[in-house]
Amino acid sequence: MTTTQKPGARTRSLVLHLISVAVGALIVVPIGFGVLGGFKDNGQLSSNPLGWPDPWVPENYTGILASGVFWRQLGNSTLIALATTFVVVGAAAMAAFVFARFSFRGREFLFTLFAVGLMFPFAVAILPLFILLRTMGLLDNPLGVILPQAAFGLPVTIIILRQFFRTIPAEVEEAATLDGCSPFGFFWRVLLPMARPALATVSVLAIVASWNNFMLPLVVFTDQSWWTLPVGVQAFQGQYSDDTARVLAYVVLSMVPALGFYAVAERQLIGGLAGSVKG
Amino acid sequence: MSTIAVFLAPALVLFLLLVVAPILVASYASVFKWNGFGLPENNVGLENFTRAFGDPTFRGDLWRAFLLIALSLVIQLPVSLGLAMLLNQKLSGRRAYRLLFFAPYVLSEVTTGVLFTLVFSPSRGLGEGLARWLGADAGAIFADPDTVLFALFLVISWKYFGFHMVLYLAGRQGIPRELTEAAATDGAGTWQVFRHVTLPLLGPTIRISIFLSVIGTIQLFDMVWVLTGGGPIHSSETMAVTMYQYGFRRFEVGYASAISMVMFILSLVFALFYQRYVLRRDTEGAITTRGVQG
Repeated sequence: MTTTQKPGARTRSLVLHLISVAVGALIVVPIGFGVLGGFKDNGQLSSNPLGWPDPWVPENYTGILASGVFWRQLGNSTLIALATTFVVVGAAAMAAFVFARFSFRGREFLFTLFAVGLMFPFAVAILPLFILLRTMGLLDNPLGVILPQAAFGLPVTIIILRQFFRTIPAEVEEAATLDGCSPFGFFWRVLLPMARPALATVSVLAIVASWNNFMLPLVVFTDQSWWTLPVGVQAFQGQYSDDTARVLAYVVLSMVPALGFYAVAERQLIGGLAGSVKG
Repeated sequence: MSTIAVFLAPALVLFLLLVVAPILVASYASVFKWNGFGLPENNVGLENFTRAFGDPTFRGDLWRAFLLIALSLVIQLPVSLGLAMLLNQKLSGRRAYRLLFFAPYVLSEVTTGVLFTLVFSPSRGLGEGLARWLGADAGAIFADPDTVLFALFLVISWKYFGFHMVLYLAGRQGIPRELTEAAATDGAGTWQVFRHVTLPLLGPTIRISIFLSVIGTIQLFDMVWVLTGGGPIHSSETMAVTMYQYGFRRFEVGYASAISMVMFILSLVFALFYQRYVLRRDTEGAITTRGVQG
């Protein structure tokens, strides 16, 4: 206990805690309602929406976990997020390398083109994109989601990486060149390993963006076996609209991977967002 | 030169093919009556645009986008700023609070939307339960045209306030301590320090946060689609929802493309205007500071 604290400071700190707890409750209560609701049956939800489940009904959760559909969607979301991240970070790192360390005619124009892409609303392009993907035969194909997501992720990834690549002193590159490193060798063996924190940041951002994307997989996948979690959650809600408890269980289960990832990658995520905006 | 081309090629091809080309196609298709199959042939000039601006639903979309932006500026962003200032204080457990407040941001709009449909479900929801407990009449706020937009705004804020808060917090932590301390030593009260020192220095962060909020609102789709589908009777519909209805449900691709173009032009004009008149000061400031620091 800090004995030197003045009474005024203690009241102040108490008020700050009260506000924080109240705001925290606004977040925890709806999620907690979902978690507990998933352990109720619909009769309990109607008669007792607020209280603890009595008795606890685990069947909503166990039924979903045993069904395979959920796991399939989880797998699809994971595959698409990882592939998107691989493509966008790979392509963006190469481009950012050129933008950061070479001077050539048209560099500013090209960089501006990418930077302007930052404000292209995804919704604007979705319709022609759909027609384009249909022409290329990429509907019901994971590439039909992976490649456009990667393309739309390029601007922010290039901007963050270029900024980081610029901070690496020219002496490092000169030394590498003297040691006989080609530009590609420098990029691969020196720059990328040095840029690991920045690469982690942009990867986390790309994974979250892909994981939460809804509109693109919604229009690309008519084949249910490719559905990602957001599409699956929405469809599940439509299918079991009368079975509130079961939908709650599905929603809660679909939150678990996202929250788990957040717990692991919180620093990259928050740092990355704050950093990308400053840059 | 060839090195440059090789390194740029993957990003450039992806970007031109999947971002730039679709937007060009949309601008081309917007002057045709076209169902999306074969090539567009029936050029109708600007008819799709005049139709959109004459359509009460689309005009409503514009009005609702304006309302949602106004609500964000007046309520969501100031609340986020206030919470950022709060969590910038010496407060035990503030890391845990920050972790918690940001958590909704990692949930998808779909998950959030479905959760809140059920939270406000008329017969089995938390809202109903609370209303019953308080002895009030429940009233499904998503079913009433007068309240649905505000309800939508509340759910959007639930998901995004932590994001803006984190931006402000990062901005606040970038302000040198000496400045606020000097002002306090000179006798400025807490509010005066905030008003005359912290707030002006947070300017760049606030402007970026407003920018992201506006662009996000212009293209809002997922949350609305899941929560209300745009209803009841279009009272929560957004431009992206209208575009989706015409483009993917009724196959009026030309008309839907015209709506896309309006969204695009709104974003672009806003972005250019913002860049020119609002963000510019920040870049100038940044360059000057860098110069001073050597």
